[in-house]
Amino acid sequence: MVKKFKKKRSDAAPGISTASLPDIIFILLFFFMVVTQMRDSELKVKVKTPFATELNKLEEKSLVNYIYVGRPNDRYKDVYGTKPRIQLGDKFAEVNEIPLFLERHKTKVPESRHGQITSSLRVDGQVTMGIVQDVKTQLRKYGQLKVNYSAKKRPDEDKG
Amino acid sequence: MAKGSKSRSLMKNEINASSMADIAFLLLIFFLVTTTIVEDKGITVKLPPWSEEPPEELKLKGRNVYLVLVNAQNQLLVRGEPMEVRSLRDNAKEFIANPGQREDYAESPKNAIISLKNDRGTNYETYLAVYNELKAAYNELWDDLCQRKFGKPYSEDLPTSIRKTIKDEIPFVLSEAEPTAFGDEK
Repeated sequence: MVKKFKKKRSDAAPGISTASLPDIIFILLFFFMVVTQMRDSELKVKVKTPFATELNKLEEKSLVNYIYVGRPNDRYKDVYGTKPRIQLGDKFAEVNEIPLFLERHKTKVPESRHGQITSSLRVDGQVTMGIVQDVKTQLRKYGQLKVNYSAKKRPDEDKG
Repeated sequence: MAKGSKSRSLMKNEINASSMADIAFLLLIFFLVTTTIVEDKGITVKLPPWSEEPPEELKLKGRNVYLVLVNAQNQLLVRGEPMEVRSLRDNAKEFIANPGQREDYAESPKNAIISLKNDRGTNYETYLAVYNELKAAYNELWDDLCQRKFGKPYSEDLPTSIRKTIKDEIPFVLSEAEPTAFGDEK
């Protein structure tokens, strides 16, 4: 009786089939690819955008260039201080470097759509207007007039 | 029960995995529906073109100008009176539409001009909140007008002709003056 029992057990194939595991992994992968936003540049400044209610969506990512303004991260505090700084692409920049940055972005956009380029200003809420004003003036001088002040949707309870 | 234990020896010890894909798909669809995809949102603004010459002096009637000043302490001064950000929207709406035909409010929405002036030391958060409220005032007025005229709420997806009629009636005029520099960060 004991012997028979043992034999049966070894006959049965144990284990869960892993045939569908790849599919599951792929689905997870696609899911994260769709949901998460690809960030091509590491943020060197702290940007916590303020809340607002009258929001517009930015439709086409390829027509948008991002200008970050905020105080340098803890890692860069020693070198760059705590004054608000501008980040273009993946490095710190000065206001007068904005035209070149915009020009570079322009070359990637077909000429017929140059008028639709939007500059997204991702500015930290605690930054003073001085630097923002400088950026705005520079954008106006360059002729980049379509601007989007990046903001988050305000939770409903404190509306108005 | 007895039958169950008997058939155990015959049963292959494996979970049927053919439905696993379906389960995974269900999960995927569930996540796609419930989570919001990270979106780029913000307040879209059209900046005025730059000109080297100082802007020409415009003679405007005082009653048509809604002057909003924000100082470096993030305090608001609206037409000479201190105000909280949260009451700005309704006040601006009343000023633009002027339902009571008040002498000191705008003659008509077409004449109303909002002038926003901040300091270099103003917090960006406050600035954007003020801008947001002023935009919201206009949005609500457009919404009202659109409801009355066309029976539907105003949105950017409406045909251009409708939007043009609305914006001709209540044009969005917001002029931003060069900020003062009293509270600039050193």
